[in-house]
Amino acid sequence: MSALRDEDPRVHAIKTKIRVVPNFPKPGIMFQDITTLLLDPKAFKDTIDLFVERYKGKNISVVAGIEARGFIFGPPIALAIGAKFVPLRKPRKLPGDVIFEEYTLEYGRDRLEMHVGAVEHGDRALVVDDLIATGGTLCAAMSLLERVGAEVVECACLIELPDLQGRERLNGKPLYVLVESH
Amino acid sequence: MFASENGLKGDPRLKAISEAIRVVPHFPKPGIMFQDITTLLLDHKAFKHTVDIFVDRYRDMDISVVAGVEARGFMFGPSIALAIGAKFVPLRKPRKLPGEVISEAYELEYGTDCLEMHVGAVQPGERALVIDDLIATGGTLSAAISLLERVGAEVVECGCVIGLPEVKGQCRLNGKPLYILVEPREMDNCC
Repeated sequence: MSALRDEDPRVHAIKTKIRVVPNFPKPGIMFQDITTLLLDPKAFKDTIDLFVERYKGKNISVVAGIEARGFIFGPPIALAIGAKFVPLRKPRKLPGDVIFEEYTLEYGRDRLEMHVGAVEHGDRALVVDDLIATGGTLCAAMSLLERVGAEVVECACLIELPDLQGRERLNGKPLYVLVESH
Repeated sequence: MFASENGLKGDPRLKAISEAIRVVPHFPKPGIMFQDITTLLLDHKAFKHTVDIFVDRYRDMDISVVAGVEARGFMFGPSIALAIGAKFVPLRKPRKLPGEVISEAYELEYGTDCLEMHVGAVQPGERALVIDDLIATGGTLSAAISLLERVGAEVVECGCVIGLPEVKGQCRLNGKPLYILVEPREMDNCC
């Protein structure tokens, strides 16, 4: 669920650092660009700190990040909470044996892969991405983790687009986001 | 150029990092011994050592930008940037960045590609680091250096976890210093 994030002064600054780019990747889409947040060291650090404060001491053993923007936020969180980091990747990028899950995007269809052996039965996992839209990618990520016997403790994103109802798609799995964009 | 020749000789962290890297033969094509860093990311201690070594080296060098090459540079660059108080700039494959970009074409070890950076992300006079997981021919890193120099930044160094034999003996890439943690792993058992 959303925490008392609206009361945390850091969250307002984070929201102002996200740039909206109209009509990308196609007309009608208001793209939430987090690269401008990464240009502000304090705001970027606050972003990571907010997640670390929430998950430290919760026995999370895996942080799974979704390619590619999940790779920017996931590893710093993993390092700070003592968890391993597992990249969930587009097809044919991971070199070893993989399992895959297909999903539909907000704009298209794709497949997510994870290395066999990266996550073990009983691992407690977080899924991290920059944004949740329809929830399709996050559902695929959760599937991969649950198929190998991990427990998905929560999905964590910077941004939620509530109008696309991704939260409802997560099948009761908790979702924590820092900002909403309507 | 290699960390072991540059003040970290005998540092046990380098051995731990090297041993955490997995070799996958014949990926993405026959003959290539792929250096897989995902197993390093599964080893929290070794992953932390990797970041710490770069952070210790760069924290007092007045670096204001860490540029990471998509996608594996994204796994190391941001943690370094956060620890040294620098901004992080993703250098991406074509058509991924939503805003106005500048592009640089380059040759890969296996193919050709193009790297893009957002206009306005880096200012003239900024001191920059380029981070990637591995340097092979240096083509990608050269493109990264070009992008940064084209907007007037000074590339202080390129930092990579692994350096392939092509770069052995070279301390510089396009005149920029290279800093590499480990050499590639060999296959331990022949299969």
